[in-house]
Amino acid sequence: MPTFSLNKHLLFCVRKNVENVFKTQLKYSTATHTLKVIDRIKEKRAEALLGGGQKRIDTQHKKGKLTARERITLFCDHDSFVEYDMFVEHSCTDFGMEKQKFPGDSVITGHGLVNGRPVYVFSQDFTVFGGSLSSAHATKICKIMDQAILVGAPVVGLNDSGGARIQEGVASLAGYADIFQRNVLASGVVPQISLIMGPCAGGAVYSPAITDFTFMVEDTSYLFITGPEVVKSITNEDVSQQELGGAKTHTSISGVAHKSFENDVDALLQLRNFMGFLPQSNKFPAPIRECDDPCNLDVPYLDTIIPPSSTTPYDMLDVVLSLVDERDFFEIMPKYAKNIIVGFGRMNGRTVGIVGNQPKVAAGCLDINASVKAARFVRFCDAFNLPLITLVDVPGFLPGVTQEHNGIIRHGAKLLYAYAEATVPKLTVITRKGYGGAYDVMSSKHLRGDINYCWPTAEVAVMGAKGAVTILYKGKPDIQEREAEYIDKFGSPFPAAQRGFIDDIIEPRTTRWRLCRDLDLLETKKLENPSKKHGNIPL
Amino acid sequence: MVVTVPKIFLERCFSLNKPNICNVLSVFPNVFPQRRSIYTVDPVDPKEPTFRKILIANRGEIACRVIKTAKRMGIKTVAVYSVADSQSLHVRMADEGVFIGESPASESYLDKTKIIDAIKLTGSEAVHPGYGFLSENAEFVEMLENEKVSFIGPSARCITGMGDKLESKRLAMAAGVNTIPGFDGIVKDADHCVDISRRIGYPVMIKASAGGGGKGMRIARNDNDAREGFKLSTQEAQSSFGDSRMLVEKFIDNPRHIEIQVLGDKHGNVIHLNERECSIQRRNQKVIEEAPSVFLDEATRKAMGEQAVSLCKKLGYSSAGTVEFLVDSNRNFYFLEMNTRLQVEHPITESITGVDLVQQMIRVAKGHKLNISQEDVKINGWAIESRVYAEDPFKNFGLPSIGRLYKYIEPNNLPGVRCDSGIQEGSEISVYYDPMICKLVCSGKDRKEAIDRSIQALDSYVIRGVTHNIPLLRDILIEKRFNSGDISTNYLPEIYPDGFKGLQLKNEETHKLLAMGSAIFATNELRRRQFLNAPKHKIYGENLDRWQLYIELNDKKFQVKVSQTNGKFVINLGEEVFEIKKTDINLAKPILKIKLNQDDEVIQLMSKNASGYYHIVYKGTTYKLYIISQRSADYLHVMPEKIKFDISKQIRSPMPGLVKSISCSIGDEVAEGQELCVIEAMKMQNSMVAQTSGRIRCINIHPGDTVGDDDILIELA
Repeated sequence: MPTFSLNKHLLFCVRKNVENVFKTQLKYSTATHTLKVIDRIKEKRAEALLGGGQKRIDTQHKKGKLTARERITLFCDHDSFVEYDMFVEHSCTDFGMEKQKFPGDSVITGHGLVNGRPVYVFSQDFTVFGGSLSSAHATKICKIMDQAILVGAPVVGLNDSGGARIQEGVASLAGYADIFQRNVLASGVVPQISLIMGPCAGGAVYSPAITDFTFMVEDTSYLFITGPEVVKSITNEDVSQQELGGAKTHTSISGVAHKSFENDVDALLQLRNFMGFLPQSNKFPAPIRECDDPCNLDVPYLDTIIPPSSTTPYDMLDVVLSLVDERDFFEIMPKYAKNIIVGFGRMNGRTVGIVGNQPKVAAGCLDINASVKAARFVRFCDAFNLPLITLVDVPGFLPGVTQEHNGIIRHGAKLLYAYAEATVPKLTVITRKGYGGAYDVMSSKHLRGDINYCWPTAEVAVMGAKGAVTILYKGKPDIQEREAEYIDKFGSPFPAAQRGFIDDIIEPRTTRWRLCRDLDLLETKKLENPSKKHGNIPL
Repeated sequence: MVVTVPKIFLERCFSLNKPNICNVLSVFPNVFPQRRSIYTVDPVDPKEPTFRKILIANRGEIACRVIKTAKRMGIKTVAVYSVADSQSLHVRMADEGVFIGESPASESYLDKTKIIDAIKLTGSEAVHPGYGFLSENAEFVEMLENEKVSFIGPSARCITGMGDKLESKRLAMAAGVNTIPGFDGIVKDADHCVDISRRIGYPVMIKASAGGGGKGMRIARNDNDAREGFKLSTQEAQSSFGDSRMLVEKFIDNPRHIEIQVLGDKHGNVIHLNERECSIQRRNQKVIEEAPSVFLDEATRKAMGEQAVSLCKKLGYSSAGTVEFLVDSNRNFYFLEMNTRLQVEHPITESITGVDLVQQMIRVAKGHKLNISQEDVKINGWAIESRVYAEDPFKNFGLPSIGRLYKYIEPNNLPGVRCDSGIQEGSEISVYYDPMICKLVCSGKDRKEAIDRSIQALDSYVIRGVTHNIPLLRDILIEKRFNSGDISTNYLPEIYPDGFKGLQLKNEETHKLLAMGSAIFATNELRRRQFLNAPKHKIYGENLDRWQLYIELNDKKFQVKVSQTNGKFVINLGEEVFEIKKTDINLAKPILKIKLNQDDEVIQLMSKNASGYYHIVYKGTTYKLYIISQRSADYLHVMPEKIKFDISKQIRSPMPGLVKSISCSIGDEVAEGQELCVIEAMKMQNSMVAQTSGRIRCINIHPGDTVGDDDILIELA
């Protein structure tokens, strides 16, 4: 059957040919596809890099703000940023949203180095849907937060967002809650910092509120629950955005923000510097940086800082600056509750938290705002193993109807609680007055203070001589004589020193090297509070 | 130099259990009575009887100065102090201290009865008054005479005679001393002042009869000036000396101020110790003095010296004193006044003559004869005194500033440098007293060496916490006319017609400063990542070894490249290349000595912050450098500009002081240049005028208020 065989052969040949053609086609088609995908990746990446497009970038610049990416570039060490989720897109299909998609959506997330140490960072992109929070946006942020907790590295948020993605409705709200939950879980595990660089309104504000530090950029950022229009319609108050929730308001009146910076560039440089004071997580000791400032010298300046008359004020900040390395002190909330100073400095390279009464403002007394300000700071330091140095010159808690009615008892107790709870090394120097309950509160020996020093000008007493004598000798004629007697008895460090409530009376000029020495000694301090679910601080 | 550590120094340190001892400076002033023996012709004779104990009725540097010599002579010392001075150096240096009252001088150092009480309390045998305060107070001297306490100074009669300018002029004329033509009497009121001024012919000098030190002194070139000058000087004289009598005399334009130091004993011997030239002045207060003067030839020096001696002999003058002359361009000299006390600038005379004036004053007061004759007095080399003041030299050549010195290091370790100061680290410059920080005296074999040493000393002088006048002092010392010796009392306004603006850096100097700033920036960046107890992330952290920097300095922008290799920073600035050893840069040291290519430079890093601002002291002036990476600078153009407020509508206090009077009220229309209020600081009255015409919107002050530097006093609408 030659025909058949021929046919068979022919058939075979045809089939082979077809197969070949098919194979080539197939081959050709996968290659096209791969190339196409590679192109799409490139395309998407390029798109992602452009955020909301050049036009919106220009608008952002015109407002004096940098774009989300530019901010990350400035914040992280050169070329160190590693981005996650560049291709994530939102999944909303309502209101024609399916047609408007931007790779990466309205936030950039990832990790980078800041002065050589890793940091997780998210930066909200105002050029994409006004930086609004979609569920994709929230998921991206949650991802890096989860990883930050696992790795043990700080989380920094650069906030610039119009609020919830209204088109997504409840999904957006869920996103917020997911972030809040992680903020809370990360609290005390890794340092969390928010830098508000644009709007942050509505529910969004509670994430910065939970983080350890909230910084703001002057003039271009604001934080509020409801904007001026709503305020006007509800309470008929006329107020501008800046007055309602600008940097000035929150750093000096409300105490919501801890510090403000001049502009984006300045804020990011300052934030880089600030990160240097913090440990990576609660598993790390207080960071020690190389130090050029000798820590074994006297500081004669301190000898003359306390004025000869005990009623004359002086600036406690001068004391702080002379104690820390190179006068480098990062003050927290410098414009709020100025009667107390809190902030970070270094002693022989090691980060310490410093709390000091400020006699220059309201005689340095403790009031509601000062107590709350210092309490939160003390708790941060305790959570992250930063030793505490407390400089005491306190005439007591501030008396007054407003204070009592607003709950000075409850709020003052916060500071007491914070100090009593803290297990980090606690060093205390009483520079002048330590009166009444406020003396107890300010890291006294009784609250497990490790080292408590007194300067020769110190006086620890229940109250000032005048007040004490009026109570003790009410109606007696020789009040002045009694007052002199009281001053003679209690107007010195001796009563406290004799009872061992202070460890030594020291020359002020020796304070710096003593504290440096003690910090080295206390590096190995081990102290644990009784095991519990958590304490119940009087909130 | 081999230093033997004194026992007290060791005790001090060991009692404190200090781990390491390095801070020598803070302890030295208390311990060494005299750092170097400069009094070569004036050794202390331990056998000569002298006082057992003296009280120094003064404060600050002069009190310390007197205590040093007294210690050398084996005399016990007593210091007096006010509240503000309770922790001052002079109190620590003295063997005893007596508290004499509140901070204002009128309630302490000027209170004669309190001083007398202190003398009685301590059993002091003599009183050295220093300068200022009670140094030329005849009444005080009489009180001492009644108490049988010696006054280390001239007799009450001489003080009265020379203290009154009218009287002194009569006496000088009688002694055959050349005097300035002027009105021989007391001026009654402003109209009388104008009348007399016209008769003498403008310009005239209106000055307080009881005055001195430039206070209560004003020049008038027309009728308006005369009226205004009389008013202000009278007030000033009243508040400073409690005596408002005024006199008027011909003002000699462009004169030199040259004075002769004299020394007499109670046995009729008087010698002079050559001249001091004090022509560099601002508002009649001396800034830089030198001895000898470049201007005097031997004949003039001799003539002036002889006239001064003749005046003293006529007076029967004992102790140290100074006869001041004005010298015009033809070397005619006129008697100005005689200061019957130790002058501020006495150390330059001591430097060139080798005589300890304080020791001689004490000897003479004890009744000894001078142990030096006119022939012993030679001129050895040259000495220059720069008065370092807590003042802002950019405002009217120096308006007082106050503050506490958080860092203070004197350049005592340099050769030929003597620092007479009464302060130390931690001292406060307060509103109550003279804002002088130190008298920096530099001597050399000739004028050039003295100038060079002064410049070096100023560069190594660390003063932090107050604004000071070192920028101005240093600028004068390098200025051409000063170096050629062509100076007069008009020197400052002539050299700086628009006021002192700070050292104008040459291109080369600017580049050097930029290079050093860049190296500091790079060092700071490197240190930022030197964590000693954190894991290093080598995998993706690149090595930091090059920087592209953007620097702003004096409104100019620069781009700089820095790289580090082999322990060196290599800095590229356009075509120029600089090399700096990395070990030369230290971020904590107060003074940095940097080898920049071949040149040795001295700078001070005053402050730095995370925003990128570095304050660097270079050649006396503080420069503000804004240094950030080029990467950050690329975005600066996007940053919004900060709104600047119109400051011409605000009258701000140029210095801390007291509101003396307010001459306007809310709603008033005021013209540009109109006086709005008077601020008194350091006993100088400063008239605050409207910088623009307008209506007074608000007044934030009341007479008697204390105001701080830069406080808004009055606002115009």
